[in-house]
Amino acid sequence: MTAPLAFDLVLCLLLIGVGLAAVLARDLFAAIVLFIVYGLFVAIGWVRLDAVDVALAEAAIGAGLSGVLLLRAAGLLGQRSEAPAQPPHKRHFGSALPCAAIAAVLALLSLLLPDTIAGLRGPVGENLAATGVGNSVTAVLLDFRGYDTLLETVVLFAALVGVWSLTPDQLWGGRPGLKEHARIDGVLTSFGRLLPPVGLMIGVYLVWIGADAPGGAFQAGTVLASVWMLAIMAGLVDAPPVSRLRLRLAVAVGPLLFLAVASAGLFTGGFLVIPAAQAKTIILAIEAALTLSIAVTLALLVMGRPRRPA
Amino acid sequence: MSWGLDMGSAVDAATIALLAAGIVFFVAGTVGLLRFPDVHSRLHALTKADNLGLGFITVALLLQAPDAWKAVKMLFVWLLTMLAAATVAQLFARSALVARPPQDRRP
Repeated sequence: MTAPLAFDLVLCLLLIGVGLAAVLARDLFAAIVLFIVYGLFVAIGWVRLDAVDVALAEAAIGAGLSGVLLLRAAGLLGQRSEAPAQPPHKRHFGSALPCAAIAAVLALLSLLLPDTIAGLRGPVGENLAATGVGNSVTAVLLDFRGYDTLLETVVLFAALVGVWSLTPDQLWGGRPGLKEHARIDGVLTSFGRLLPPVGLMIGVYLVWIGADAPGGAFQAGTVLASVWMLAIMAGLVDAPPVSRLRLRLAVAVGPLLFLAVASAGLFTGGFLVIPAAQAKTIILAIEAALTLSIAVTLALLVMGRPRRPA
Repeated sequence: MSWGLDMGSAVDAATIALLAAGIVFFVAGTVGLLRFPDVHSRLHALTKADNLGLGFITVALLLQAPDAWKAVKMLFVWLLTMLAAATVAQLFARSALVARPPQDRRP
């Protein structure tokens, strides 16, 4: 057995094992931690499949951000401690059956796939020059299939509107989350001073390099969001009131610029058609605006609804 | 047999030895995490794995780095990991102290 094959087999077994453990875990907290571990193993799997872009996104969003969101949700649920209405096995059977059916169909379909598929690598490579960017993933995400990315950013926007809509009337426009109490010159505060400059540099690097190599708005946005969250948790800055105009502009600028470019295409070639001559500039501008919006939106999603007055 | 090949295999041997040393620390850290009785001794075991195990593995990979730029990136990742691990370990230790002061712990 060759070393790469052995590694892949161990990775597959770990993926299945951790996935099962996450689904079957009794304790909510344990299930979430196992889900985060599962996300990290999936990221390694994407690296093995030579899909570094997907691996970066999975590690940052799938494991990192989703993990934090789930932990926060579990923390809020834990404060209520309501007993489930139905016995656990009865509740789970109803969802386990369709899940098993879907898994079986997916497994069958993957086994029926032909061994070699031409895929879209060829056509994308041939037309890459017209987009002005060197990374085929970025070209697909922002040019060839721009509507996917546009709709994703709108989904994020809608999610934030959904979270904010849970705000009680008297707190509307207030600051999200609770006031952080970190000791001045404590370990967390020092860390919060040291890491953000490095994180900012990595975030900007990720979105800049995304034009020509693995990287891009979502990965960079997640890094920047975590840097901001760290500064807030370390007590160095306070969470902004959601009524602040600059904050709302930052949330909206990415989807708005993307929509504007997409609509401007209607006059030249069609919805979402980006003129080839300025493609690189336009794509980088959209990526930069999206990075800001994604960073701010993700951080605000983690902070949750407003909990104290501005 | 060329001198270059011997040099290469010597570097490979050093890489394997350093990786093995790194794995020993990670195994020790994991055994400590599973077997030690309380949060602080578990943290003690884990931080050994983070600092020394990851250090050995980084040095092993540095020997295989294709160019100086990649080597600098690896060192950077190692430094950041140590910084984050040390901070998180402090926070865990403090919150464990607050949750259950030492004198209240079972012997």
